[in-house]
Amino acid sequence: MSVLRLENVSRWYGNVVAVNGISMTIGPGVTGLLGPNGAGKSTLIHMMGGFLAPSSGTVELDGAPVWGNPDVYRSLGLVPERETAYDFLTGWQFVHAMAKLHKLPDPAAAARRAIALVEMEHAQERAIGTYSKGMKQRIKMASALVHDPPVLLLDEPFNGMDPRQRLQLMDLIRAMAAEGRTILFSSHILEEVERLAGHIEVVVAGRHAASGDFRAIRRLMTDRPHRFLVRSSDDRRLAAAIISDGSSRGVHLTDQGLEVEAVDFQRFTWLLPRVARDAGVRLLEVSPSDESLESVFSYLVAQ
Amino acid sequence: MNATIAAITFRAMLGRRRALLLLVLPLLLLTLSVGLRAADVADLEVSAGVLQQFALATLLPLLALIAGTGVIGPEIDDGQIMYVLTKPTPRHVIVFSKLAVAIALVVAFGVVPTLAAGLVLTGNTAGVTAAFTIGVLAAGIAYTSVFVALAVLSRNAVTIGLLYALVWESLLGSVAPGARSASVQQWALSVADAFTDASVVTSTVRLPVAVALLAAVTVVGALLAVMRLRRLPVTSAE
Repeated sequence: MSVLRLENVSRWYGNVVAVNGISMTIGPGVTGLLGPNGAGKSTLIHMMGGFLAPSSGTVELDGAPVWGNPDVYRSLGLVPERETAYDFLTGWQFVHAMAKLHKLPDPAAAARRAIALVEMEHAQERAIGTYSKGMKQRIKMASALVHDPPVLLLDEPFNGMDPRQRLQLMDLIRAMAAEGRTILFSSHILEEVERLAGHIEVVVAGRHAASGDFRAIRRLMTDRPHRFLVRSSDDRRLAAAIISDGSSRGVHLTDQGLEVEAVDFQRFTWLLPRVARDAGVRLLEVSPSDESLESVFSYLVAQ
Repeated sequence: MNATIAAITFRAMLGRRRALLLLVLPLLLLTLSVGLRAADVADLEVSAGVLQQFALATLLPLLALIAGTGVIGPEIDDGQIMYVLTKPTPRHVIVFSKLAVAIALVVAFGVVPTLAAGLVLTGNTAGVTAAFTIGVLAAGIAYTSVFVALAVLSRNAVTIGLLYALVWESLLGSVAPGARSASVQQWALSVADAFTDASVVTSTVRLPVAVALLAAVTVVGALLAVMRLRRLPVTSAE
């Protein structure tokens, strides 16, 4: 059982602060690092992986500093976001070479085991340059798993994967976590994190915005005013009906339609069709107008 | 030395178009030598001139630049170095493995062709061929160490290396005689001078000084590379 501990970690590049005073403890199981693009997730993972020195604060794996300490890689596996692996090597040569670099007692057996784990045996004799994005992700995963590390860091592992590959990788990560490993992966997609991670750390604009299980995070994200754009056969009548129903805080009549600020997301989406039907109005379009993850995050940070 | 790192580096170096680049210069040298010999103008002076001006002063620094920066620079640029750095391999082992590959390439594409060109031109009259082969080898090791360090220290290693080779070694050397003494080329020439009786080979630097400086440059280059690699930030973000 390994624990990764961040203590008041900051990282700045010149005048730009990428990560700002983050403290967190990552223990066994799957932890999701959630945040919009550019929030500092990669910078954070790079510091956890020992690729970047924290400008201040400490990152420790089981009490040992991660930066400038190559010995931590005996118990740490890292899957970088970048696609590039050694394109001229075959999958087998790549994973086998990584096993040899770890000085494992039987590198061939370790490579076979790791490749089987990600189900890439069928393509192991092909050059990595010919792989699809998902296959590259899996062979990189095999290379990170070859020494059976108790800690695994994955930077945006689902980027560019098709739905089937996504499910496969999720199953694999779950299975590895069930063996007692400490796994952290980053993502900017709430749904991915929610399906996989038992614990979620939210990072926004370099700051630690929230922490907890997915229910807590989900509640934080849905218990906030939501804006919807509604077009209907009779906007004025619908506006009056919505206001009198009480599930909304405000309604604006605009040229594009109604702008509705709902108090309770779930109640509103459930009530709107009924209200419309009772008022005898036909709904033409209902679309969330601020559903971008960034707006959710900015709401969270403002809390 | 780590055989796995060396093997991957060799594959990377010889698999790309860069391998052709490595081959062009020695081919030019050999073609020139064969031509001069066939035209029967390859006397000792001309031969020594070709070996000094072409092999030592032009081919070698360029070759060492391509090999020295090529073994590690692209890997750092595209983040692949991550796969080597996420292993419990001591950083000096990584640098020495890269350096060994680069030196092996310089020997294969620089030192051996120099020897062959010398033999074609003059046989081994007055020990000129042997002298330049040894001189080129000594300079090759020093250059390679410097360029490997440069590739770890800066993303503009090739540009800086070219500026050094062209401006410092060639131009400044011919304008300011003082600067000439502070050049790998002159130190190598001093080494070559020690192995030949030919009066056409002369250097402004005395042998013990030259040998000490060559060794110092090699060691400092390797050390700098190791120190920098220990603290190399690798970002795959951009």
